[in-house]
Amino acid sequence: MSIFRFFSKQSSAPTARERLQVLLAHERASVGQSDLVAILREEILAVIAKHVQVDREKVSVKMDRGEHVTTLEVDIEIPMKAGVRAA
Amino acid sequence: MAKVVVVTSGKGGVGKTTSTAALGAALAQRNEKTVVVDFDVGLRNLDLVMGAERRVVYDIVNVIQGDAKLPQALIRDKRLETLFLLPASQTRDKDALTPEGVERVMDELKKHFDWIICDSPAGIERGATLAMRHADVAVIVTNPEVSSVRDSDRIIGLLDSKTERAERGDRVEKHLLLTRYDAARAERGDMLKVDDVLEILSIPLIGIVPESAEVLKASNLGAPVTLADSRSAPAIAYLDAARRLAGETLPITIPGEKRGLFGKIFGRRAA
Ligand SMILES: Nc1ncnc2c1ncn2[C@@H]1O[C@H](COP(=O)(O)OP(=O)(O)OP(=O)(O)O)[C@@H](O)[C@H]1O
Ligand SMILES: [Mg+2]
Repeated sequence: MSIFRFFSKQSSAPTARERLQVLLAHERASVGQSDLVAILREEILAVIAKHVQVDREKVSVKMDRGEHVTTLEVDIEIPMKAGVRAA
Repeated sequence: MAKVVVVTSGKGGVGKTTSTAALGAALAQRNEKTVVVDFDVGLRNLDLVMGAERRVVYDIVNVIQGDAKLPQALIRDKRLETLFLLPASQTRDKDALTPEGVERVMDELKKHFDWIICDSPAGIERGATLAMRHADVAVIVTNPEVSSVRDSDRIIGLLDSKTERAERGDRVEKHLLLTRYDAARAERGDMLKVDDVLEILSIPLIGIVPESAEVLKASNLGAPVTLADSRSAPAIAYLDAARRLAGETLPITIPGEKRGLFGKIFGRRAA
């Protein structure tokens, strides 16, 4: 191999390293988050159940990882006839 | 007290079976009673690498299903009387390996051996999770290459959650075994460096095994590489890794570092 290659061509390992670091940071976080979402969902369900009757299937909890902030979206469908106590 | 070691990787073909045989033989050479267990049901290969393929009568599935007693299935190595093999079956039914069955076999092996080395199949399915299930120690076989490192990261996550130890709040001792390391490519900067992999996976290193024709030669002969030629570079790497596994501390050498000044200068350039 020519010694000039050292200077003319960039080696590929640093790129590999960088890509891996970004990817794994993401994958590790998302493994933890799916657990977090499941826990949040259960606890939110429990809190709501104290006050109104809702269908488990009608409660959706989603997490969206943005670049700077992560948003948690909670969508609960409460049926009209649900026993919500008037204030 | 028996120590259960799982040799695992996620990715296929990185050198798990080669490493299981080499480490198993190296531990047995220290006069410690060792059994290597093949968990790759349907694709068994450890028997071939160990040179015992013609002596397989019963396998782990036969023991689990009660068709054979454990001592009938264990094959004693012809070279080392402290080394044994428990083969996998070639049955296509992967469900033949049950969690309860594996637990019974492990409990019995623990009564008779100092070391139980489990050769995991590739992937993260049943076979791989059962192979790691009872491990005290994990050897994570990784090649210095992106997909292998990523899969190792996945496996580390499983070791921290799906093992018996993890479930009782304990931890599996994890070691990185870097294999198929090519010094020339590392020097050119076209292969992830040892430090890169260590930094990314952040588990301690137990050895670096060079890419070597000796490995193929040993498997052709049906001998663990540490027995085929104990002076070859991969054999030395495995023998040292086995000593570290047994608790000794010795410095790790990067294969192919004994170069001239020229190689050194350029080898360090990217550092
Ligand atoms: N250090 C090495 N140098 C050269 N060849 C090697 C080295 N380690 C392993 N190999 C070769 O790579 C191939 C795969 O090795 P091996 O069967 O041990 O991998 P594995 O991880 O057990 O694969 P699988 O996931 O299919 O079970 C074999 O042909 C083996 O000889
Ligand atoms: Mg294998």
